[in-house]
Amino acid sequence: MSNTTMNLSDVKFAPDDFAPLNQAQSADLIVRPSLSYWQDAWRRLQKNRRALWSLYLIVGLLAFSYLLPLLVKFDPVGQDLTQISQAPSLGRQSLLVDTTPWEGRFAEPLAGPLGATVSGLQLVGEAHTESVKLSWQPVPGAVAYDVFRHLLEPSGPTDLGLPLGQTERVDQVYFEDRLKLQGVNYYYSVRAVDVDGNHSGYDTIEVKPRHAISITEAVKRGLVSGDDAATAIGQEVELKRHLMGTDYLGRDMLARLAYGGQTSLFIGIVAPLLFVAFGVLYGGISGYLGGRIDELMMRFADFVIALPFLLFMILFRVAMGIGPGESGIMPMLIALVVLSWPAAAKLVRGQVLQLREQPFVEAAQLMGANTNYLIWRHMLPNVMGVVLVSLTFSIPTAIFTEAFLSFIGMGVAPPTPSWGAMCNDGVKSFLSHPHELLFPALFISLTVLAFNLLGDGLRDALDAKMKG
Amino acid sequence: MTHNNHRMRSQQSASRRFFTAVACSLCVLLSPLSLAEALNYETRSVSFAMRQEPPDLNAMTSTDTTSGFILDHIMEGLLTYDPKGNLVGGVAERWELHDDRAIFWLREDARWSDGSAITAHDFVFAWRKVVEPATASEYAFILFPITNAQAINEGELDSSELGVRALDDRTLEVSLHQPTPYFLSLTAFRTTYPAKQSFVESKGQRYAADATDMLYNGPFTLTEWVHGASVAMEKNPYYWNRDNIWLNRIDVPYITEDANARMNLYRDHKIAVADELVSESLDGALQERMQIKTFLDGAIFFIEFNYRPDYPTRSLYLRKAIQSVFNTDDLVYKVLGNPGSYPAYTIYPRWMKGAEDLFVREHPPHKPDLNVEKAKGYLEQARQELGVDELPPLTLLADDSPNGQKTAEYLQTLLTQSLGLDIRVDVQIFKQRLAKMTAGDFDMVVSGWGPDYNDLLTYGDLFASYNLNNRGRYNSEEFDHWVSVAQSSLDTDARMQAFAKLQELMFDNVIMVPLYERGKIYVQHPRLHGVLRRAVGGDPNFNFSTIEPPADQ
Amino acid sequence: MTEFIIKRLLSGLVTIWFIATATFIGMHAVPGDPLANAKAMKPEIRKNLEARYGLDKPVLQQYGIFLTNMLKGDFGISFTQKNRRVNDIIREHFPVSAVLGVLALIIATVGGVVWGALTAIYRDRWPDSVIMFLVVIAVSVPSFVFAMLGQLGILGVNKWLGFSLLPVAGWGSFGHMLVPALVLGLSTMAFLTRLMRSSMLEVTNADYIRTAKAKGVSPLRIFYKHQLRNAILPVVTVLGPAIAAITTGGFVVELVFAIPGLGRYFVQAVQQLDYTVIMGTTVFYGAFLVLMVLLVDILYGFIDPRIRVGKH
Repeated sequence: MSNTTMNLSDVKFAPDDFAPLNQAQSADLIVRPSLSYWQDAWRRLQKNRRALWSLYLIVGLLAFSYLLPLLVKFDPVGQDLTQISQAPSLGRQSLLVDTTPWEGRFAEPLAGPLGATVSGLQLVGEAHTESVKLSWQPVPGAVAYDVFRHLLEPSGPTDLGLPLGQTERVDQVYFEDRLKLQGVNYYYSVRAVDVDGNHSGYDTIEVKPRHAISITEAVKRGLVSGDDAATAIGQEVELKRHLMGTDYLGRDMLARLAYGGQTSLFIGIVAPLLFVAFGVLYGGISGYLGGRIDELMMRFADFVIALPFLLFMILFRVAMGIGPGESGIMPMLIALVVLSWPAAAKLVRGQVLQLREQPFVEAAQLMGANTNYLIWRHMLPNVMGVVLVSLTFSIPTAIFTEAFLSFIGMGVAPPTPSWGAMCNDGVKSFLSHPHELLFPALFISLTVLAFNLLGDGLRDALDAKMKG
Repeated sequence: MTHNNHRMRSQQSASRRFFTAVACSLCVLLSPLSLAEALNYETRSVSFAMRQEPPDLNAMTSTDTTSGFILDHIMEGLLTYDPKGNLVGGVAERWELHDDRAIFWLREDARWSDGSAITAHDFVFAWRKVVEPATASEYAFILFPITNAQAINEGELDSSELGVRALDDRTLEVSLHQPTPYFLSLTAFRTTYPAKQSFVESKGQRYAADATDMLYNGPFTLTEWVHGASVAMEKNPYYWNRDNIWLNRIDVPYITEDANARMNLYRDHKIAVADELVSESLDGALQERMQIKTFLDGAIFFIEFNYRPDYPTRSLYLRKAIQSVFNTDDLVYKVLGNPGSYPAYTIYPRWMKGAEDLFVREHPPHKPDLNVEKAKGYLEQARQELGVDELPPLTLLADDSPNGQKTAEYLQTLLTQSLGLDIRVDVQIFKQRLAKMTAGDFDMVVSGWGPDYNDLLTYGDLFASYNLNNRGRYNSEEFDHWVSVAQSSLDTDARMQAFAKLQELMFDNVIMVPLYERGKIYVQHPRLHGVLRRAVGGDPNFNFSTIEPPADQ
Repeated sequence: MTEFIIKRLLSGLVTIWFIATATFIGMHAVPGDPLANAKAMKPEIRKNLEARYGLDKPVLQQYGIFLTNMLKGDFGISFTQKNRRVNDIIREHFPVSAVLGVLALIIATVGGVVWGALTAIYRDRWPDSVIMFLVVIAVSVPSFVFAMLGQLGILGVNKWLGFSLLPVAGWGSFGHMLVPALVLGLSTMAFLTRLMRSSMLEVTNADYIRTAKAKGVSPLRIFYKHQLRNAILPVVTVLGPAIAAITTGGFVVELVFAIPGLGRYFVQAVQQLDYTVIMGTTVFYGAFLVLMVLLVDILYGFIDPRIRVGKH
């Protein structure tokens, strides 16, 4: 090649020599239309079953996040305090109950040394998830009573379960439990306490509350009309269905997963689109211009690459700040773009530098193609394959970054749902309510998986010379 | 070729050696011997996991609770608390409190961990140092009842002018510029701990930076401090009351912020107390029959409002509307679901003492009348009061702690659904929340307050117009008046009346809306006894802990 | 070679300056107040604190002081750990992260090479499918899930055995490191497995392998001498980025397993707006990464025979 140029420089040319050849020359017809590269790639991709299924999965996830909320009326913020952290279910029956505060039971305190044990512990009224009412016989010498709740039958005085509280008044011989009651078996224990803090023996009772909703809440939700409120008490109503359960505020997980998907997928897809686009532009210009400018531009890109990525993501997130009512999506998007573009830029620059030396580009140049034509007709389509593959592989990284930052509390601002933030919320209660972590983690994994497999498929199909 | 073969062989034998070495070290390193245990009756030692590295063990400047936990084991003031929470003699064996002065007589057998006697000069040195501006102690105000303390701290006087004198090595005289009924309780607080001048000055900047850079006078000494990883304390052989200290060693082999990790360490029998658990982990704890305990740590949470001009929350009716829809029961029992926490109706914790009985029993707080219709009426009045047709969006500031975030999210939905208010949640890290509060960049804040000392005043003066912690700038002459009564009256009944008056003002004017009274949940080994949990001062405290012998012995 | 190293070192220094400046700008753009405390402080006390940390000076002067001190290798005093220097914090906590990171890297590289080679040898047979399935899972599941499952796993094993085989959290012995390092290295291991597999497959069809086969060299020797050695090359090139990912990606693992590493300190410092620790840590990590990438480049020069030939 260098020989040719050297020889050419010795030859004297006249302007006429550079007139375009006759268009009708048959030599051009042998060239396959460049479009078929993409058609060919598509055909190859279709043969790759894994990649194709991944593509369907991605479309499905997008539809789940963006279309489903349009079709079904989802409420990601509505709090259902009667169904907090509920496992996936197909709806449940709930008892309508009156929740006016209980006046309680009192008994004249008995003097004397602390009695041996509490007796007569009994349930007052029906036990339901809005409240469990207990009362007992006064114990001589007691100034207060400790009330406990256990999931298992107590085995001894240090195994009474959850301390629900201590009675406030000396003559108080009742307790009303309202703490996160579930429809499971509870063992309530009560023991007396004297002035010096000594404990008496305990009495235990087994209680299984029914799921209930207060009548005022039911009226508010339109489950019962306000006029029937008085007569409806004791009847059952069907509560709102939560197919994927609810979270710690009784919010519908399905709705939050869909809306959370909007956040996660938006950041995961738009950020790579932006930084890859910027990288293409930057790398393209750098590679095309070459020389000193190229060197300078690449130097700068190297600087940005050298920034410790996660540290700067966190730093940017804090530096940009998230104002009241803001979701925090924009700061994260900007931070991702600012820190991630150099990889694409370097990739594209390398490709452009290679392409510039390719025979077909030189041929086009010789044939008088202008810069525009060269860029749009030759450079871009040839770079596009590599760019597309790199874009596909950037998406899982972006989604992971969002999840990771939200997980350590440095991501989107609450109450904006995102899969990462939902994982962060769910991890605390993994042992008791695993669905709160498993569902969002599953969605993250599926998305990442799908984009990785699609990226593999694309790379094979486009035969882009990339590794890793 | 042969050369390569040889190299390969030597590589192979090298790798074989390597694997043997790895296998051996694995056996050694994995052996359970090297691992901590929850408690040991024989060696009288107990293990615990802290939440974070102690930030500042210099008692003169320390402000945080984590450092307080360590400091209250290794240091002691003039007075201290007994297991029942009563003030008793510490370094001082006798004392007198008058209107204008206090005198303390120090114990003859009070010693530093280097064996030297603790003298009145050690208190004079430490207290002067605390109020010196160069020390930049944030808790210098604790000493402000002492004559000239404030002027010294503001740079107007030299620290030698501080109203504290060593009459002799064992007698300390403090002059007070106004009657201070709660002064004795201040002498049990860490800011008033003694410091030995020669030692502190020999250490310079390094003082309290490591275990060897400190001198101790408490029941224990710090013997090991691996930053971020572990701390260990051992019984102080020079402590005057050593005969009443049962434990030999308090081990803190783990420092972790993660409540699940603490729970797992307890489960794995590595620590005897797993503190500050999240309510979500309790079902598991019950299934494994752990001994669950709770205690109120003195922190009260409330919605604080912005009273600066132009903020809609300056309207009493808007605040009343919010008061009339917020149900503390729902927040505590359903949203937070934390068994140790209680619904709150006032800023005073339920365990605070009044004149005779608990304050809450002597002066029960008003409970708001929850009524959405009435609230809507208030809202209408608020619009008229503010002269607007539509209320602007309100910013609800909160910090990113799990409870702060949960509360903010709950309040947002509650106020939006019941009152139709447009609430914008602004969740920030703790220091940004504080900066925004100080700058007045909010309408409402989910805020909290913990006690500095064991007196109602630490809560009561929060909304005094001059209090720098009154970041919403509430300003009322009536309120300030009652605060000044509570501050300086020596008559207990009159003080309690003043506190009751303040409580009433807070309710009637909706100065703030109480959210909840925070309780901490923890699990404790059934054989460990006498772990003190305290709202004021270092917490938890193992000074009086004992271990029951195992059942089979 | 020396010239190459000097040139790279110089550009590394400029890069570190760039990182330091970016950190400084980022840090000073942060809204909020590093001196804020739950209890408000008097203006006089605040002034004293500001003087202590040099916050009372104009920003440009602060930048100058920061750069000069940085050249001296001094990052100042921590805002939250009031009696500790940032240098001490880095000196005490970086080794922890480094040990964890190195172990993770060893696990990841050895695992990646072994699994990758296995998949290539058993191409399209069941070991290949099983390993590649696990790889897909390791790449797709977020690390915090693995960290949590790892801890619960230890707990389960300990309970089943009746004694503590491995500690569930903390730091100090090799047992403390094992599972955290595994979790930390998992995604890198999966990545390297894929890379190793494809590069093994590529090498398998290379001319020199065919030649070696034709010469009658034993398959084991072909595998060890030619295939493995040549296939490992691409693995080495990605070690630089892998080190970066592992050393700075240790936050979650350090948080979950209560490991006193620098990553955990960084997250805490950000949450507490500890200016000096944030700047010190970031600059330190930046410098460390620059150095690592340089080392990997040099290492690559030693391993790749083509590059070595080029040197002569």
